[in-house]
Amino acid sequence: MLLNATEIQIALHRLACQLIENHTNFAETVLIGIQPRGIFLAERLKALLLDHYKVPQVQLGYLDITFYRDDFRRSQNPLEANKTQIDFIVEDKKVVFIDDVLYTGRSIRSALTAIQSFGRPQEIELLTLIDRRFSRHLPIQPDYRGRQVDAINGERVLVRWNEQDGEDAVYLVDN
Amino acid sequence: MKELSVEHLLGIKYITESDIQLIFETADRFKEVINRPIKKVPSLRDITIANLFFENSTRTRLSFELAEKRLSADVVNFSAASSSVKKGETLIDTVNNILAMKVDMVVMRHPDPGAGLFLSKHVKARIINAGDGAHEHPTQALLDAYSIRESLGEVAGKKVVIVGDILHSRVALSNIFALQKLGADVKVCGPKTLIPKHIESMGVAVETNLQAAIKWCDVANMLRVQNERMDMSYFPTVREYTQQYGLTKAHLDALDKKIVVMHPGPINRGVEITSAVADSPQAIILDQVENGVAIRMAIIYLLASKIS
Repeated sequence: MLLNATEIQIALHRLACQLIENHTNFAETVLIGIQPRGIFLAERLKALLLDHYKVPQVQLGYLDITFYRDDFRRSQNPLEANKTQIDFIVEDKKVVFIDDVLYTGRSIRSALTAIQSFGRPQEIELLTLIDRRFSRHLPIQPDYRGRQVDAINGERVLVRWNEQDGEDAVYLVDN
Repeated sequence: MKELSVEHLLGIKYITESDIQLIFETADRFKEVINRPIKKVPSLRDITIANLFFENSTRTRLSFELAEKRLSADVVNFSAASSSVKKGETLIDTVNNILAMKVDMVVMRHPDPGAGLFLSKHVKARIINAGDGAHEHPTQALLDAYSIRESLGEVAGKKVVIVGDILHSRVALSNIFALQKLGADVKVCGPKTLIPKHIESMGVAVETNLQAAIKWCDVANMLRVQNERMDMSYFPTVREYTQQYGLTKAHLDALDKKIVVMHPGPINRGVEITSAVADSPQAIILDQVENGVAIRMAIIYLLASKIS
């Protein structure tokens, strides 16, 4: 186990504070959870910002990157599309992408392409709970990270959320 | 993860209920895409699709072309009127010549029933049937069922009547297959001469009285009177057909419920449906057209994901 429920909670609080440091009242900032696994983290952060840190309002959208991936027809498993829901304008906004694990960086590359369909953001930042060091295929780094992890390629980082999996925990497992 | 059970979309007869549900779920995603400011995704950048129309079509062809372009596929169009078909080339030769230019998928409309099935056995490309004679028109049936699901929440358990020229209609046959696979109850309504014999063996009830059919149904799908396919007289005059089978505001007002009115287009206003009905809020004819693009994107995307 890499992180237990308490450690995740502490990391979430730290990430929320770092976001507030850079975005103050979130008037010009929107959070985008990357489907399918980034949305749990995004919802937790939104709830923390609103309820605990009394941020007046936080806009949250979900972005599905299936149709933008570069491994269409190259991967063994057909990809299943998830819901995209962005009910606001991202033009000239500060966008924060939120995903659970940053590994090769390819999902974020796809998300960078996908978000262009919704306008031209002023800037884009990246927040991840787990940053797998030394495993990037692309020059992409997180602006906010919960925990940095050294994992070899045969290993997999598994993030489990209470809403879906019945517990909050991060594991390192053998593939 | 899910994928289609078939390599080609030749007809609804050949696909399963879970295929249809997968197409619907994928179309939900694409419907969101085509309502964005930028209506395009890059998924099919490396796919080339040929649209072969051996029979006239406006909306189906436009709809396919838009669907292909919104998936970023390369598109070539072909219509029989201006081609070597007129010079005596066979179907397989025509298609193989096009495939030699590295085309991955073929969307074909052809006047002969079974043309798509035949082609799928002889050429190396994914085939989508965009209508083969009076046989099937699977993408129309899928977008019709998808539009019913959108209006009424689900298709299962709904009562659908298909009114008009059932005999010459590929839309009717594909619709019957699709609706039955999804668990709807289907009736057909029209003059006896335009109802195929033994259609009851498909589990479809026949009703010759329009008012009775309308009273029974949740959805009425009004088919076009296809003058071009009628090689003899199936009813005395168009006026008589309209009086017995044309849907009017009076029919709808006589009901104590709101039914959904559909039409695959093109509409003969004042023949199978009056303008007052076609333009009423109960008619979802333009929603059908919008859904057509999303459904076709879903089908092309799902078939393309199986090309290796």
